[in-house]
Amino acid sequence: MSSGVDVNLENIWIKFGDFVAVREANVNINGGDFFSFLGPSGCGKTTILRAVSGFLDPSEGRVLIGGNDMAGLGPNKRPTALIFQNLALFPLMKVWENITFSMEVKGATAGERRKRADELLDMIALSGQGDKFPSELSGGQKQRVAIARALCAEPDVLLLDEPLSALDLKLRQHMRSELREIQKRVGITFIYITHDQGEALTMSDSVAVMRAGIIDQIGDGHAVYDQPATPFVASFVGENNVFRGKVTAVNGDEATIASNRSGELVSKITPAAVGKLNVGDDAMMFVRPEMLQMGEGDAKSTISAKVINEEFEGNTYSIYLEGEGGKQIKMAMPNLGNDPHKAKGDMMSFNYNANNAVVMPAGDLASE
Amino acid sequence: MKKPMIFSEFFRNNGVVMGSILFFLVAFWIIFLILLPQISMLDYSLHPNPINLDAGERADEYTLKNYKYLIFGPEGSSDAFNKVDLMVFVRTIIAAMAVTIMNLFLCYPLAYFLAQSKGGGFVRLLVILLIVPYWINEILRAFALRIIFAPSENGLINGIMMKMGLIDQAYDFINTDIALYAGLGYAYILLMLFPMYNVIESLDRNQIEAARDMGASWTRIHRRVVIPHAKPGIASGMTMVFMLSAGALAAPQVLGGTSSLWFTQLVYQWFNDTLNWQQGAAYAIVLLVASIAIVLTFMKIFKVNMGDIGK
Repeated sequence: MSSGVDVNLENIWIKFGDFVAVREANVNINGGDFFSFLGPSGCGKTTILRAVSGFLDPSEGRVLIGGNDMAGLGPNKRPTALIFQNLALFPLMKVWENITFSMEVKGATAGERRKRADELLDMIALSGQGDKFPSELSGGQKQRVAIARALCAEPDVLLLDEPLSALDLKLRQHMRSELREIQKRVGITFIYITHDQGEALTMSDSVAVMRAGIIDQIGDGHAVYDQPATPFVASFVGENNVFRGKVTAVNGDEATIASNRSGELVSKITPAAVGKLNVGDDAMMFVRPEMLQMGEGDAKSTISAKVINEEFEGNTYSIYLEGEGGKQIKMAMPNLGNDPHKAKGDMMSFNYNANNAVVMPAGDLASE
Repeated sequence: MKKPMIFSEFFRNNGVVMGSILFFLVAFWIIFLILLPQISMLDYSLHPNPINLDAGERADEYTLKNYKYLIFGPEGSSDAFNKVDLMVFVRTIIAAMAVTIMNLFLCYPLAYFLAQSKGGGFVRLLVILLIVPYWINEILRAFALRIIFAPSENGLINGIMMKMGLIDQAYDFINTDIALYAGLGYAYILLMLFPMYNVIESLDRNQIEAARDMGASWTRIHRRVVIPHAKPGIASGMTMVFMLSAGALAAPQVLGGTSSLWFTQLVYQWFNDTLNWQQGAAYAIVLLVASIAIVLTFMKIFKVNMGDIGK
């Protein structure tokens, strides 16, 4: 099987009439990487995938696969294989015929195809199921057949369009590790589309977070989660508490804001915004629920609020708080065996480590 | 196919009054509109014609002579078989098959385009344009085609071609049967188009894209993905067009040439001109049974289930 091939998107614009689906996308995907496009529905991530697979041509810009310009090549001529959201298995063909359809196209004999199908069925742990029809398989099995069918074509790049979204939670989590496993084994470049940040973070070497046709940030899971480049990324990837306010002091990579309802707060400036934040600017500071802890700390990183509700989620307690002026804050505490229970209506103080909070110029948040 | 509802459950679900009305209507439909006419036709075909009895024959006795006549001709004739009528029969069946296949090749691309193009409003307009001519009576449409194909300078096609100087003499579309085939094809084309349109529309577009992504050519995509999916619709359309073409009367009457007799015209003559309903009934039964047998044979060959056609 061919190994990692780079995929480069150079200044891609994709327009449908007046509507700009993708704006100035520049992405360099290293060969053999598991790369995810993460974004809410309608953000243009599937459109990008269709441009890579060849189902549509970008209005501007170039798609390079292995350094070769793909302009003018249809999906049947590109070294890519696409796994569709609904899998699109052929219902009237048996499983083994489905898997080896790409060989049938090239004129391989039934014997060769059968042999290859059996190898791939072994790989996806479905030995002996080749003569079934797709309708006789379970959701997870269909999923694996779709992967085998795509891999059978020996593509340089595998494109996956939210293939796990139809599965139930347990199976989805299982398929995540299985997909990652398969990707490591075959060593080819995977480009994965998802709106599920959990999927993106667990599987990917690199994630591109998209919003309304624009790529806000490209980075590995840690960077995207801990050092979000924009308020959208901060609020879309995982949960976050946002504090709005005006910058009162900037000190190297640290800034203090006078928050609207929670007093002065200090935090790191997110790397993408270092040097772009000036005193008096509108800013947003983000602290993740799990970065908050009970008790008083430094004055500029202590907040007090009223307990509204507590939820037990098994591994964590979620405590919902209401600060001054109705400011909603969420705090998450690991379940360590002792209930941190606070009576509803109690006032409590909590603090965070300024290194675990990020501030950046104000912008659009992801709408829930 | 679902199992038919058991009666008690049917009445429980619909109430006794509504249940009875529905039950009565279905029973009426089956008995009076399907069974009785066919049985009466079969009964007619097995009796001699009462105004034309042979010596010693009784009008109420059963006989196969009407069927024998179709095969062997009048008794004492010099030919061993009723060549003329049998030839008409075979020709009708073959011509009906030809019309069916012609419609298939015309309709498949059209159905595919209508079903899979993303046109929306434009496609709906096209479908309406296809339907509108069918608001006009079949016989009137046949006459309209007769005018278009008329074999003189008054005919639309001949007139235009002669004006343009393409031909000097009017071409005889009628006696060459071109008008007949066009008329038959046109008469039932929607019955081919719509079942195919419906099944192709239900095909997941991703399957076509998946096949294309795996390098399949357009012919392979159609052979391996679209046509297998569309098979029930194709079978349904072909069955209807074949049965109705074989049994058509208006188009052959209006558009047929002097030499081309359609088998239904023979039936019509027995009933209407000769007033020999018994003989006509026998001819009609033979056409019906032969057509059904042909359809069933082809369904067997192409592995289509009866249930698929009813979808």
